[in-house]
Amino acid sequence: MTGRKLFKSAKFQEVNTAVKKDGAAIFVDKEGQENLIIDNPYAIRYIHSYAEDTPFFLGLADGKLRGTKCGACNYVFATPRGNCQFCGETTKWVDLPLRGKVHTWTTCHFGGEAFLKETPYNLAMIEFEGANSVLLARLKDCKEEEIYVGMPVEARFSPQPQFSITDIWFVPAGAGPGQRSKK
Amino acid sequence: MPTEKKRDVFSGTPTPSSPKRSGRRVYMVSGGVTKFAKAHPGMDFRLMCKRSFDQARAAVPNLTLDMIDGTRISYFSDHFTRQLKAASMVLDYIGLNPRGSVRIEWGGATGGECIQAGYEAVASGRMDVCAVTGFETMSRVPTWKGNEFIALASDTNFDFPLGGFYTGYYALMVQRHIYEYVRRKKFAHIKDEREAQRKAIEYGTRVMAMVSVKNHKNALTNPYAQYPKDLSVQDVLSSEMVSYPLTREQICTMSDGAATVILTNEERAHELSDDPVLISGVGCGTDTMRLADRPFGKVLLMPHEKASDYADLDYPGVHSFRAGRSAGMEAFGHAGITDPKKELDFVELHDAYSSSEIQTYEDLGLCKYGEGYDFVESGAPFLKGVDYGFPTPKAGMIPVNPSGGLIACGHPVGATGIMQGVFAFWQLQNKIAEKFGSPRLQIANARRGAIHSHAGTGSAVTVTVLESTKRRSP
Ligand SMILES: [Zn+2]
Repeated sequence: MTGRKLFKSAKFQEVNTAVKKDGAAIFVDKEGQENLIIDNPYAIRYIHSYAEDTPFFLGLADGKLRGTKCGACNYVFATPRGNCQFCGETTKWVDLPLRGKVHTWTTCHFGGEAFLKETPYNLAMIEFEGANSVLLARLKDCKEEEIYVGMPVEARFSPQPQFSITDIWFVPAGAGPGQRSKK
Repeated sequence: MPTEKKRDVFSGTPTPSSPKRSGRRVYMVSGGVTKFAKAHPGMDFRLMCKRSFDQARAAVPNLTLDMIDGTRISYFSDHFTRQLKAASMVLDYIGLNPRGSVRIEWGGATGGECIQAGYEAVASGRMDVCAVTGFETMSRVPTWKGNEFIALASDTNFDFPLGGFYTGYYALMVQRHIYEYVRRKKFAHIKDEREAQRKAIEYGTRVMAMVSVKNHKNALTNPYAQYPKDLSVQDVLSSEMVSYPLTREQICTMSDGAATVILTNEERAHELSDDPVLISGVGCGTDTMRLADRPFGKVLLMPHEKASDYADLDYPGVHSFRAGRSAGMEAFGHAGITDPKKELDFVELHDAYSSSEIQTYEDLGLCKYGEGYDFVESGAPFLKGVDYGFPTPKAGMIPVNPSGGLIACGHPVGATGIMQGVFAFWQLQNKIAEKFGSPRLQIANARRGAIHSHAGTGSAVTVTVLESTKRRSP
């Protein structure tokens, strides 16, 4: 046998560390059973289409916030939808105001793995005059203890758009220039 | 929205369908569950399912493999297993090829939905005996990667890129719930808006912590639970802040585990068991994937409510789970229940967060919308005879999560709803002492209970009503 010496432990954390380092290790469980654990990484590049949501993301890059409106029942969706969820009609694009109010909010001290480096960050759902539904976005330039339901906020756009929902965020209204849109 | 006058068209859903009673009666005759754990590196998903299946079979010795007409198998995420079509491998292990099967996935409600899929197979007459098995192995990736996987069950164009974090979504929901029902009702007298909101959150989170204490303490005598703990309200509040105002002890964890129930028709049920449990009601409701799409309309009223109770409430908004209300109405209608708080002896519900347990009391009509916090303080959902460290005057009225719920038992998604079914089944068979090794969690004379399974931000919810059929001397 061409034996390869493996780290062996009854402590799962230690095994995890060894797997990361050596690619494999053995976990010994309570019954004394040996379990071979291997490193098994996984990465993938998706070719993602925004499809009917495209005008929204192109709009953000242009410093515009767009919702959609149902011509049949006049419902205005602040988070755009290609069709009306109430009557099924195709919606049309409308510009939303760049000021709104906090409908609800939280401060996240953790997140999905890819977002841990951004913690803490605030999330808020924003209400707009003339819109029937709300929009979820990041809320910046304010601390947990300063945020409240009903707080007036205004939009900021990324000068380097990544064509992501993170190209827009909100700040307390009148909070100063912050990062202006390129337009 | 406060700016918009409520119109019927935006109330969102039609009245849930009237009870359907045309199918055959369906019974649960057995259940099995593995201990839920942070990691079971010594068992893969096939073996976990097999172990829970074997436990279920052992409890009905007259059940031979050839009597089982087929299976329904549930797991939530292909990302966790990194094995597509894992249900086929479960089937190989439990030895039920070439009989019919299908994999069920419905987010966090996967397990509850799988029980209802098994119910449908038997009720329709397609099967006489159906084995329902579910699992999740969440330990195979690091915790925060796991959070990312779960958040892929939110809109990946509009929601996921903001944090990839479900706890954040539930924090948004409970913040609005607190605003609607605590700030606008209990603290309406406080004029300073920001002070009123801070006081409301402080009050709301203290009550939420009481729910966490209840579920962790209940689980102290549940040997299948992952995190039984003897906690105080202060311990819960001072645990690490995850997403304001939700602290770590108010949030369920990721788990490895599997669970199985055996469902059958009336004739077989009495051949196999002297104590079969009837599934007397099934209900399922749905709502928009994006929280931001939830309408601001009218409440779907249950018999204990009047439209005037909610004259100034926009519903469901982001504060309540309309799918839970819809599922409850369908299941209770089916079971002939008009007042669930009086007609149910206990509820095992999906407390992925302490906040969602309170929101769910209201959805299920255990109290009116807005009364969830008072309901906790009354002691109604607590067990009689357990010292929780604070007064629980109405303890025993309708115990909720006597097993410890997801917060204390863990949440291996595809198994969770089935685990609730197993615990409810043992309650109704009066077998908690035998199965848990302690009678502490047995609800005296439990005749009828409900289980409730819930997917991301309430995008899908199932409610199933279970009833004991055996006469017991009190
Ligand atoms: Zn419409």
